Amino acid sequence: MKQLLKGFALGAALLSAQPALAADSELLNTSYDIARELFAAYNVEFQKHWQEKTGETVNIRQSHAGSSRQAQAIIQGLKADVATFNQVTDIDILHERGQLIPENWAERLPNNSSPYYSTMAFLVRKDNPKNIQNWDDLVREDVALVMPNPKTSGNGRYTYLAALGYAQDAYGDDEAKIDQFMASMLGQVRVFDSGGRGATTTFVERGIGDVLLTFESEVLNIADRFENGEYEVVTPKVSFLAEFPVTWIDDYTRQNGTEKLAKEYLSHLYSEDSQRLLAGFNYRVHNQKVIEENADRFRELKLKSIDEIAGGWENAMSKHFSSGGKLDQLQRRR
Amino acid sequence: MAAEHHRVGDQPWVRRLLIGTAVLVSLVLLVIPVVVIFFQALSAGWSTFTGNVLDQFTLHAIGLTLLVAALTVPLNLIFGTALAWAVTRFRFPGRKLLVTLIDIPFAVSPVIAGLLYLLLYGRNGWLGGWLATHDVQLMFAWPGIVMVTVFVTCPFVARELIPLMQQQGSEEEEAGVVLGASGWRIFRKITLPNIKWALIYGVVLTNARAVGEFGAVSVVSGNIRGETNTLPLHVELLYQDYNVVGAFASAALLATIAILTLVVKAFVEWRQSRPTILTPEKGGV
Repeated sequence: MKQLLKGFALGAALLSAQPALAADSELLNTSYDIARELFAAYNVEFQKHWQEKTGETVNIRQSHAGSSRQAQAIIQGLKADVATFNQVTDIDILHERGQLIPENWAERLPNNSSPYYSTMAFLVRKDNPKNIQNWDDLVREDVALVMPNPKTSGNGRYTYLAALGYAQDAYGDDEAKIDQFMASMLGQVRVFDSGGRGATTTFVERGIGDVLLTFESEVLNIADRFENGEYEVVTPKVSFLAEFPVTWIDDYTRQNGTEKLAKEYLSHLYSEDSQRLLAGFNYRVHNQKVIEENADRFRELKLKSIDEIAGGWENAMSKHFSSGGKLDQLQRRR
Repeated sequence: MAAEHHRVGDQPWVRRLLIGTAVLVSLVLLVIPVVVIFFQALSAGWSTFTGNVLDQFTLHAIGLTLLVAALTVPLNLIFGTALAWAVTRFRFPGRKLLVTLIDIPFAVSPVIAGLLYLLLYGRNGWLGGWLATHDVQLMFAWPGIVMVTVFVTCPFVARELIPLMQQQGSEEEEAGVVLGASGWRIFRKITLPNIKWALIYGVVLTNARAVGEFGAVSVVSGNIRGETNTLPLHVELLYQDYNVVGAFASAALLATIAILTLVVKAFVEWRQSRPTILTPEKGGV
């Protein structure tokens, strides 16, 4: 029994080893799984900003997991003040299933409540040996692709939709040709990983495939990491507008008394300094000055939204990604 | 020409092949991965390793994991002993059912276990509304983590005790009753010494699982860094973040706990094997 108490005391002691919670207020930010470093940096920036503005200190708690799982957790009672996700559908669900935010949440902040965005790009091996320039190079017989599975990851769905957007531009109303293109491209995929990070590992660490298809931010990250030019970034001429939506969660901020703080936390993402910080993490931003500063890194391309490509998320999900939907049909054709 | 000479295992090359395969497979599947964990953890040098371990979030994850184990083990110790005592010393309707029910946590995938708790105690769950109005936060806080860990680990102690107590029979306890000892005294002086090593073995297993549980915990944790991230969750988070060395440093801590557990387990098994030899046919039944 004594030992037991000792163990308990040790656990309690270690728990209290966390930084003193002496801050004036607290905020819980639930975010997607690979945004840890991004928000670790932004939180420092925001804490400084909040102190200057109000003279108060704020302690920001971070939760990271896949954004669909985070949405479920919030609905089931994870009392998050703000959600910073990488999929619009995961915020929509907070309204539809949880009634925690109003339907028009996207109109409450500029740019569809998406302070930064990204697109889908290609990573190829040194000197681009297969000469990959655009989506039509991906259907060539000699090209092996690596991408996350559209069935299990938003990242994979974005890539699928980006290719579809290209095919629509190339073939117009010819459904049969579009389907043919999509089936051929999916046929060249060597590995469908369950998530974005898995696909990166397959391509970089296991050395499989000629082209990795994933977020431009991820692609630029990898290229930065291997400075000796081991990989090259290819930005296609047409791609998908991948929004990174944010919202405060009305019900919980009311309960937690953090409404003002939560709103400021998200609005401040649009400030010039924050936008510069976000661009540093390889996301595209809206601030004109920051865009000009980073013009050589983010090449210009035609970005198509989900409304243009598939008539909104709901249609996209039911037509393309549901069981027996277009994706299943196209993959069966191989 | 005795028949024994034709047994398969007697051929020296067969024996060597089997032993060689067993050793090779254990090396590849068990030993090398464990070595790799430590190798990777230390790949960037000792100071990076200690830096990773002493990181405030890693320290917190260690503390939380130990706290969860420290609460789970005694709870299941009491529960498992009481259950084993009940089903081996008494006859009552539903006894068999109870013995079967105790295996549910083994049969159910831990992720499902986590989801069950979420559906029951979450905001939209059966008890969730009541809990919310009384401002009780179970899920996405440490109590929820302890609850699912208790669920997942609850069969270990009982499963260790039931066969042993069944085999030992209740004669000694009955003698105690005849001699007028109280129930508590019978338990302390007769039952407990008999089951001591099995009990410790159950505790070791419970502890190992409680420390390492990932699936059920990840569902109810909420993944708040420095708050509800246990060590296994912390490993995943670091790995997702490309912090491979940090992930392996935390994994090395878990592996160390596991190895210590195995040492204790081996010792307990060694102790356990002795008393059964001393009393092979008790009372000549």
